[in-house]
Amino acid sequence: MSMLNVFNIAGSALTAQSARLNTVASNLANADSVAGADGLPYKAKQVVFAAKPVEGGGTGVRVTAVVEDNAPGRMLYDPKNPAANEQGFVTMPNVNVVEEMVNMISASRAYQNNVEVMNTAKTLMQKTLTLGQ
Amino acid sequence: MSNQIDTGLQFHQQALNLRAYRQEVLASNIANADTPNYKARDIDFISALQGADGAARTSGSLPLARTASGHLGGTAVDNPAAAPLLYRIETQSSVDGNTVNIDTERAAFAENAVQYEASLTFVNQFMRNIQSALQSQ
Repeated sequence: MSMLNVFNIAGSALTAQSARLNTVASNLANADSVAGADGLPYKAKQVVFAAKPVEGGGTGVRVTAVVEDNAPGRMLYDPKNPAANEQGFVTMPNVNVVEEMVNMISASRAYQNNVEVMNTAKTLMQKTLTLGQ
Repeated sequence: MSNQIDTGLQFHQQALNLRAYRQEVLASNIANADTPNYKARDIDFISALQGADGAARTSGSLPLARTASGHLGGTAVDNPAAAPLLYRIETQSSVDGNTVNIDTERAAFAENAVQYEASLTFVNQFMRNIQSALQSQ
């Protein structure tokens, strides 16, 4: 039943895109976090997508890893901050807000595309079920 | 007569199976629109249908190979795997090696959905014709 696989394929893409949206939300929320849970500045996180064969045919997508961006954080001169070093600089997270916004829009559009795919497949299946009536 | 009904419906059955299969392939492309190194794929519907229809007509719907006398004779009419998966030629290359053009895929997906519905309409009309032929008055 090929048409049922469309739901699995689009569903895997919805899961992957929402994971991407989650990391974007996490990055944007922590764009100004001077210290993370480990005491070090927050590092931007990115998801890694990989194609995954779906049972019964077709290719879905899955998140293989969430990697941390190891770029150096930006230095902000703020001697009053308790996290400042001897020179008066505070290490801010390496989150690029513009990049994250672009990522967010891309994830949201991809999510919408896959919802559209599911809706179309649902309509087609419903029409198939009323065949011969 | 029943044979005619069967052959009349068989063509649409194959067409619908191929359309459903293509819908799945296109859904895979849309799902992997952001996957690095994913290559967009598609089937050539016309040649696939001709292949499926030709195979069904010449050999009587692909008989199952029987190697022992106790084996039951099964038939595989709809073998979507027989439709070769081709790679789409990319219009614009991207840095991550992905060849999915989301606009092309969306258009192909919508087109395929309409063609699927058209096939369903043909089957419905076919059945309606049979029903009116069966009515006594």
